[in-house]
Amino acid sequence: MHIFIMLLINGLAEGALIFLMAAGLSIILGLLGVVNFTHGTLFIWGGYVSIWIFGLTGSFIIALVAAIVAGFAMGLIFERLFVRPVYGNVTAQILITLGLMIVFTDLVRLLWGPNPIPASRPEFMDGTWVIDSVIISQYRIFLIIVGILVAIAINYIVNKTRVGMVMRAGTQSPDMVQALGINIKVYFSGVFAGGAALAALGGALYVPLVGSVWSGMGINNQILAFIVVILGGMGSYYGSAVGSIIIGLTVAMVSWFYPPLTVYATVLLLLLVLTLRPQGLFGLAVRN
Amino acid sequence: MEPLLKLDNVSSFIGPFHILQGVSLVVYPGEAVVVLGRNGAGKTTTLRTIIGLIPASDGQIILDDVNISKMPPYKAVRQGIGFIPEDYGIFDFLSVEENLLVAMWQEDKASLDRRDYILDLFPDLKVSYKRLASTLSGGQRQMLSIGRALVNDIKIILIDEPSKGLAPIIVEKVRDVLLDFKEDKTIVLVEQNFEMACAVGDRFYIINEGRTVLDGAVEELYKDKELQKKHLGFVTA
Repeated sequence: MHIFIMLLINGLAEGALIFLMAAGLSIILGLLGVVNFTHGTLFIWGGYVSIWIFGLTGSFIIALVAAIVAGFAMGLIFERLFVRPVYGNVTAQILITLGLMIVFTDLVRLLWGPNPIPASRPEFMDGTWVIDSVIISQYRIFLIIVGILVAIAINYIVNKTRVGMVMRAGTQSPDMVQALGINIKVYFSGVFAGGAALAALGGALYVPLVGSVWSGMGINNQILAFIVVILGGMGSYYGSAVGSIIIGLTVAMVSWFYPPLTVYATVLLLLLVLTLRPQGLFGLAVRN
Repeated sequence: MEPLLKLDNVSSFIGPFHILQGVSLVVYPGEAVVVLGRNGAGKTTTLRTIIGLIPASDGQIILDDVNISKMPPYKAVRQGIGFIPEDYGIFDFLSVEENLLVAMWQEDKASLDRRDYILDLFPDLKVSYKRLASTLSGGQRQMLSIGRALVNDIKIILIDEPSKGLAPIIVEKVRDVLLDFKEDKTIVLVEQNFEMACAVGDRFYIINEGRTVLDGAVEELYKDKELQKKHLGFVTA
């Protein structure tokens, strides 16, 4: 029983990290119709920037904010210069975002070197709690809380603000949004940059969890995020939240009992869901 | 009198197809102008070109002395245009309330007062105010689309086939609303329903193969069966 509680916490913490990547990815796909492969790179950059700023300031919070700002700025630049010219052209989007992923991942190696850089958790959440002989990592609880707070914030923005209204309207008909006098391109940029910032935050939070940052850490998490987006339903942040929890728990459980099966388990789960519900668990209309 | 809207030899393309090849028309303040023509003549494209959803490749579009030919749609519309598309353009994932709010350029008292007027004008929308727009009937969607165009202080309304696909009783309601608008708004109406067009319109333009080929008073067109047969392909009873 104790093992299951521990795995539950590990799985939820893993799910929270995947959610940070998947939520942005899903909204970008749903609203902009963009297949975005830069998320893994933004995840890496979030990790490196946070480590760098943490080394300069010694403040974990400032390091997280710096990662968010860096991710947001990179997202704005990516959208404005590279993605905007290829809206509606999925093949070009895949090629361009894959190209950006390669270039900016190599840029990380150029700036910070090819070897992993060790990272530590902030002192104030480096410990554990022992409750009824169950060991609970404070940092994992912190990750779960961050994941919940981000989910609440996204829910609020999407359902209770004008930005959210325009996002939901734009998912159905960007032309009609413009015909109402709304500059949809500003919202497109904001959503892309916001998704990028979430991915960078995910990277910044991931590094203290695993104890180091390296240039290859983005790809695995990006694959998991794509699985979550498809599993949860493209365009649905709610689907991303549920999908992240399912995938996080699956990864935690399977990797504990039989690690070689972890990747197969997530893909099998995806196949099972898609067989029963081809649009994913909470799939909404997605722009062609 | 200076025209409120003027199209001068406007051309536009959809992909490789040269749809508008020289549309010219003028609309004076306070009048209702009907754009007529056979299917595929370029009527809808004319409206979409005016607001910039389809970029004008040549010619000029002047609204109230401002050249809007090269403006992006959101800027062109903000010069004072209310657009009601053929498919209503309702956002299904938004409630009726949100469909009205998202269209407001400013959420000020004047806009909220106009919203209240719209809800009084269309009581069905008041009843369904908090419901998702996807649950509305065709007639209610048309009402919402008209209402959404009116929440801002606009100078001109562009309406594309408002009677299409609606039950006769709803068409009558829409016609009455448009006649009501005529008292203080300028209207450009694209309409296949000739009876409706004649009931609402003061003047007409006929578009054929992307060009304006004829204009005049609606009353004259209504009486002239030869003209109807030649340009519209039908004759009224």
